[in-house]
Amino acid sequence: MTYSLLSIMRQELGLIVITLLVLFLDLFVRETNKQKVYIITLILFGIHTLAGFFPFEGGTLFGGMFHTTPMHILMKNVLNIGVFLVLLMSASWLIMPRISDKRNEFLMILLTTLSGMYFMISAGDFLMFYIGLEIASIPMAVLAAFEKFKSRSEEAGIKFLLNSALSTGFLLFGLSLFYAAGGTLYFDDFSHSISQPSPLVALALTFLLSGLAFKLSLVPFHFWTADVYEGSPMVVTSYFSVISKGSVAFVLGILLFKVFPAFIGLWQFVIYALAIATMLIGNLFALRQKNIKRFLAFSSIAQAGFILLGLLQTDTFGITVIIYFVLIYILSNLAAFGVAQAISVATGKENIEDYNGLYKTNPSLSLIMMLALFSLSGIPPVAGFFSKFFLFTAAAKAGYYRLVFIAVVNTTIALYYYLLVVKAMFINPNPNPLPPIRSDNYLRSALFITVVGIFLAGILSPVFEYMQAIVDKF
Amino acid sequence: MWQDISLQDVLIVSTLMFFSGVYGFLTRRNLITMLMSVELMLNAVNINFVAFNYFLHPENMQGMFFALFVVVIAAAEASVAIAIIIGIYRRFKSINIEDVSKMKF
Repeated sequence: MTYSLLSIMRQELGLIVITLLVLFLDLFVRETNKQKVYIITLILFGIHTLAGFFPFEGGTLFGGMFHTTPMHILMKNVLNIGVFLVLLMSASWLIMPRISDKRNEFLMILLTTLSGMYFMISAGDFLMFYIGLEIASIPMAVLAAFEKFKSRSEEAGIKFLLNSALSTGFLLFGLSLFYAAGGTLYFDDFSHSISQPSPLVALALTFLLSGLAFKLSLVPFHFWTADVYEGSPMVVTSYFSVISKGSVAFVLGILLFKVFPAFIGLWQFVIYALAIATMLIGNLFALRQKNIKRFLAFSSIAQAGFILLGLLQTDTFGITVIIYFVLIYILSNLAAFGVAQAISVATGKENIEDYNGLYKTNPSLSLIMMLALFSLSGIPPVAGFFSKFFLFTAAAKAGYYRLVFIAVVNTTIALYYYLLVVKAMFINPNPNPLPPIRSDNYLRSALFITVVGIFLAGILSPVFEYMQAIVDKF
Repeated sequence: MWQDISLQDVLIVSTLMFFSGVYGFLTRRNLITMLMSVELMLNAVNINFVAFNYFLHPENMQGMFFALFVVVIAAAEASVAIAIIIGIYRRFKSINIEDVSKMKF
């Protein structure tokens, strides 16, 4: 029993060991050696990420509360890649004056939220799902309020915490109604014990979906997103917009496909309406943003609307497409945030008009930003095109031609505002553009990985076939 | 006597509690009061879980345990919230959300 625990939970245990190691090193290491903890964490987490790719069958623990399969491990690997890039990008921010004395706390809290996401993805029971969700979301408020000498960061922290508590309340109310209807909290028993949708189940599903929509910032529930993204430190914003969003998208997929397949008639229309509203409102609000963080916040709201398209296709193709889309989205969004991070750390500028004439002084940063924005909008040679194309295929396969049409229209609107940023960098004249920026090697290697990923993950079909093969086996 | 209390009575109380929590969250501007409203919602959920366990599914204790976990996690949430609120009070000398909000659309 203990031995199987070690092997089935190895990813979680590995991550927890790294987290505790960071905590104890930070406590006991001398003040002059504290910056080395970062390097140790980075190396250990890199090994942890690579170790996740070893093939492994998975299994079930604690009477079904925790279960893992190759598909779950694939999802965790995708998140690991994103967190590794975020860690690389955080180096230049962590040495800043008023951050550096608590930089190891940042690493520890970041890894704690990731372990919460692991438990949330691997949950086989609503209790485990709830605990994982809270382990992931409570420390995130701490991360948002990390620059506590800035009033915006404090504001972002409290807004995130109160909104996430409200959404948790809705989610729990839904779960309690599910418990009334099914008499069990285990996913497996649950899908057996209720086969017919009833009004009680419909009410419970409404509450549960609105709770999750808060976390994924889908449109009627998106009001906290822009403020929290703008106020948080840049690294934390990039973490919010890719990792936290990606993990909730995975969990939504697992819940809808594995636990509620019997109620597909109930949730399909809700997802359909949410997708349209999210894409439209996200895009229209992104048009008028002046701050690069707010701009990327609304663009990430719109991208969440695209993710919902994959949920409408209920066979394994749908979930493969979601995982693939999230991977590409992580790479392209982190490339955009990496450039914004480099500029923000060096000059403190975060507005789009500060980027005017950036190409004259920083050609490589401008090119990376352009690539990232092209990938986010889905222009053919880069990976974003393929992920969007597969999503549209999935929705079209399920017969939602009108929805695909609306999504294509939205892609065009999105292209307009992404190109506004590109125009600012390449065409808009500016007598005194930003000075040439030299970022550190960590950030440069992170940007290098994202650029290579943006090119290769789309063109190389083995990436998608690898995912498809793993999800099919499940 | 408590034996006369039916599931319906308990659910009326818990639903009233839940939605007064939602109402309080949306109308109150004091951060501590907003936090209290959220706690009200979570406690309404606890009542729901315990009542469903007692009246509908007495064969196992899953609902009771869920309520216990909700209490623990709500305490963790409140501690983080109060830590941030103290930070806000030191900076703004106020815990009214209107004074704290600097970012607007």
